[in-house]
Amino acid sequence: MLENSIGPVPLQAYLIVAAFLFCTGVWGLINSRNAVRVLMSIELMLNAVNINLMSFSSYIDGAIIRGQVFSIFVITVAAAEAAVGLAILLSLYRNRVTIDMESFNLLKW
Amino acid sequence: MNIAYSTELICFLILSSVIVSGSLAVVLLENIVYSAFILGGVFMAVAGLYLLLNASFVAAAQILVYVGAVNVLILFAIMLVNNKEKLKPIEGLKTRKLISGGVCGGLLILLLRVSITTKWNLPGPSSIGEEATERIGEHLFTDYLLPFELASILLLMAMIGAIVLARRDVLISIDDINDLKNQKSLSDKKIPLLSEKSLK
Repeated sequence: MLENSIGPVPLQAYLIVAAFLFCTGVWGLINSRNAVRVLMSIELMLNAVNINLMSFSSYIDGAIIRGQVFSIFVITVAAAEAAVGLAILLSLYRNRVTIDMESFNLLKW
Repeated sequence: MNIAYSTELICFLILSSVIVSGSLAVVLLENIVYSAFILGGVFMAVAGLYLLLNASFVAAAQILVYVGAVNVLILFAIMLVNNKEKLKPIEGLKTRKLISGGVCGGLLILLLRVSITTKWNLPGPSSIGEEATERIGEHLFTDYLLPFELASILLLMAMIGAIVLARRDVLISIDDINDLKNQKSLSDKKIPLLSEKSLK
């Protein structure tokens, strides 16, 4: 399994790091009460996805590198998401004077 | 094992340990300013992993966009909303954290099992190394041209949306506008370009 790899680091090592990063991001997304930390957890999850794309692009698709193009698009979308998310957070903070996620129930029926 | 192999292995171990411990610190630390700075460290370690994967262009883009833009934006947001509020205690918070920790641990075990037991199609074609930047440019201007243009429209929409959402409405009474002697105080009030009255 591992002896097929080119370098000293197998593909699975990158996948394991990315899986850990993704799960940490999911846990933080569920459990954070500070709204800024929720956005930071989302950035962690996007980075985990990017690590997966880049490692597959390097190990399996080394000549065409479609994964690198995809990760550039993911970085673009992440930047747009961070800008809009923080703007929503600022306007919420102006209306509610809190950033506690438990006190945001604007969209409840 | 020659020196290049051992250097790559040591670099990977250092970077992955920084990523693992840093992501835990981002999620678990009490002080959110520390979390934001550690998040910048995690982004830089991820860029180091990209360098190990022969992707210098994406590593530079990662540093520029994430550390230079997103992390600074998060720091600005923290400093704009930071008021050290005392959060109200909720009952059952401990059990909630434990249950979600169990769910995330299960997800982690599932992902590890998938990534280890799958027969990946290795070794693939040899990596093109430093020509990757040229190849990315060819991709962006030939077969990925439509997503590239859509990404630029998305960035424009995000910029306008962020401005519209975050701007502060200043209400000005008609008397202030009619009062010609108070032109200076009017300019001090910093009228927004679009106010609710001008839209109607």
